[in-house]
Amino acid sequence: MTEVVFWSFSGAAIVAAFLCVTRRSPVAAALWLIVTLFSIAALFVVLDAQFIAALQVLVYAGAIMVLFLFVIMLLNLGRGGPSDLRGAWGKLVAAGLGAVLVVELWAVRAVAPADHLQLPPGAMARMSEERGPVGVITDALFREYLIPFEITSMLLLAAIVGAVVLAKRRL
Amino acid sequence: MSAELKGFLLVAVLKILVVFTAINVGVMMVIWLERRASAWMQDRLGPNRVGPEGVLQSVADGLKNILKEETFPVVGADRLLFFLAPAMSFVPALLTFSVVPFAAPLPGFDVTLPLLGRFTYTGPISMVVADLPIGFLFIMAISSLGVYGIVLAGWSSGNKYALLGGIRSSAQMVSYEIALGLSLVAVLLVAGNVTLSDVVAMQQRSVWFVFALTVGFVLFVVAAFAETNRLPFDLPEAEAELITGYHTEYSSMKFSMFFIAEYSAMMTMSALMATLFFGGWDIPFTPWDEQGPPSVGRTLATLGVFFVKMNVFVFTYIWIRWTVPRFRFDQLMQLGWKIMIPVALAYIVVVATTVYTLEALGWEVGPTYGLVLFGVNAVLLGALLFGLDHERLILGARQRARMAA
Repeated sequence: MTEVVFWSFSGAAIVAAFLCVTRRSPVAAALWLIVTLFSIAALFVVLDAQFIAALQVLVYAGAIMVLFLFVIMLLNLGRGGPSDLRGAWGKLVAAGLGAVLVVELWAVRAVAPADHLQLPPGAMARMSEERGPVGVITDALFREYLIPFEITSMLLLAAIVGAVVLAKRRL
Repeated sequence: MSAELKGFLLVAVLKILVVFTAINVGVMMVIWLERRASAWMQDRLGPNRVGPEGVLQSVADGLKNILKEETFPVVGADRLLFFLAPAMSFVPALLTFSVVPFAAPLPGFDVTLPLLGRFTYTGPISMVVADLPIGFLFIMAISSLGVYGIVLAGWSSGNKYALLGGIRSSAQMVSYEIALGLSLVAVLLVAGNVTLSDVVAMQQRSVWFVFALTVGFVLFVVAAFAETNRLPFDLPEAEAELITGYHTEYSSMKFSMFFIAEYSAMMTMSALMATLFFGGWDIPFTPWDEQGPPSVGRTLATLGVFFVKMNVFVFTYIWIRWTVPRFRFDQLMQLGWKIMIPVALAYIVVVATTVYTLEALGWEVGPTYGLVLFGVNAVLLGALLFGLDHERLILGARQRARMAA
C-alpha cells in the first residue's frame, strides 16, 4: 500500500515538474509547480513526517506560490510568450547541462549515504510516537541546531531588507 | 476481510458521509439564515415563501442554478482554468472540517448483520473524521490553498474587475494568514500540542481558552473574518467598486459553488473558534461529559452543545456584516501588517513568558492556572484598547458625542 502511494505521488511530482518547465504560459507553469510541491508533501507523509508535509503545503504551495501568481498577474505576464531558449547555441548548452544532471543523478544513485547519516529503520516512527510529529523537528531545530537556525533567519532578514532597498531606489 | 477491518471501514465511511452531508445541508441553512437575518436587521421580510418561513429557499435556488444556462467569457479568458477555479475553491473549503472533533466519543460495537457478516470496533469511536497528529496545522495548510480558486477565477475570466478582485484576495489572504497562524501559536504554547482533541481536553482540565487567551481570540476572530472574505473585509468582491470581483463572469452552478465554498469556510472557521477557544464539545460546569465510559446520550448532548457554540459564531458573522462598514484596501493592509502582526508577535512573547514562569513555579494546569493567564490577558486587552488604540479604531462614547455636536 505504501509503495503504491509512494510511486503514484513521485510519478505525479516528476510529470508535473516536467510540465512546469515545458509550459509557455507562466500561469500554467506556476500551477504545475504547485502540483509538484503538493506531491512532495504527500511523499513526506509517506515518510512519517506529517509536520514537514503540512509546512510544505502551508509555506510553499499556500504562500510562496500565491505570491508568484500575484506577481505574474500584476505584471500581466499571464499569456504564453515566445520561449526563452533562442538559437542553436542556447539549446545545445541546455541539453548539455541537462545531460550532466542526469549523469549526476545516476552517479548519486549508485553511492550509498554514509552510515552516520542514516537512521536505523523505524527510528523516525518511534521518535514521532514519543515526541509527536512536531516535537521531533522542533527539538532538533531549537535545541541542537539553534545557532545555525538563527543565522539562517538573519540571512533571510538581510535578503528582505536588501530587496526592499533595491526596489525603493528605482521608485 | 476481518471483522475489525470491516468495522473500521464502516465507521470511516459513515463519518465522512455524515460530515459531508451535514456541511452541505448546513450551508443551505446558513444561506437562508443569512438572508432572513439580514432582512430582520434591515426591517424587511426576506425569503419567506418556499416552505415554512422560507426554509426551502436555498433548495429552490440550487435547483434553479443547476437548470440555468451557463455563459462563458470569450475574449481573453482561459477556458480550462475558468472551469477548474470553482472546484479549486470548493474542495479545500469542504476538506478542512475533517479534523474538527464535534462530539464526545461513541462506544465501540460488535454487531452481526445478515449477508454482510460481523462488524466490530473496539474502544471508543472518536467523533472526528480524521484525528490527524498535525491537527490545526492541517487546517492552516488546506485553507491556504483556498485562495487559488479565487485568484484563478479572477485571472481566467479575462475581465479587469475580476482580475482586480483576484489580486486583492491574494494579497489579503496571504497577509492575514500570517496573523491567523501567529494567533494560534499562543494556543499551541498553552495546550502543548497541535491536535484539536488535545486542545479540547486541555480546556476541560483548565478554563476555556477564550479566558486564558483573550487577546489571541480577538486576533483570531479578526484574521478569520479576513480569511473567509467576509465583511468588513470582503474587498475581493466589493460590489460598489468591482461589480462582484472574482466571480463577475460566473453563472449558474459555478457561481453557486463559490457561494458554497464561502459559507462552508465560514462554518469551519466558526467551528474552529468554538473548538480552540470555547471548549469544543465541552459542556461547561460539569465533569459529566468527559468522565466514565462513552455513551450514546453523552455523544448526542455534546454534539448539541457544539452545534449551539458553532452557530453562535455563524450568527456573529452575519451580525457583523450589517454592523461594520467595509474597509478601504489600504486600511485593510495597515491593519494586517502594522497592527495585527506586531501585536500577535508581542503577545506570543508575553504568553511564552507567563507559561514558562508558571511552569518554573511548578503549577499544575488547572482552573487557577487559567485564571492567572486571564489576569495577564485582561491587562493586555485593556492596554491595547485604551492605550495603543487611543480611540482611533474603537470610538468612545465621548468622541462620538463630540462628532455629533
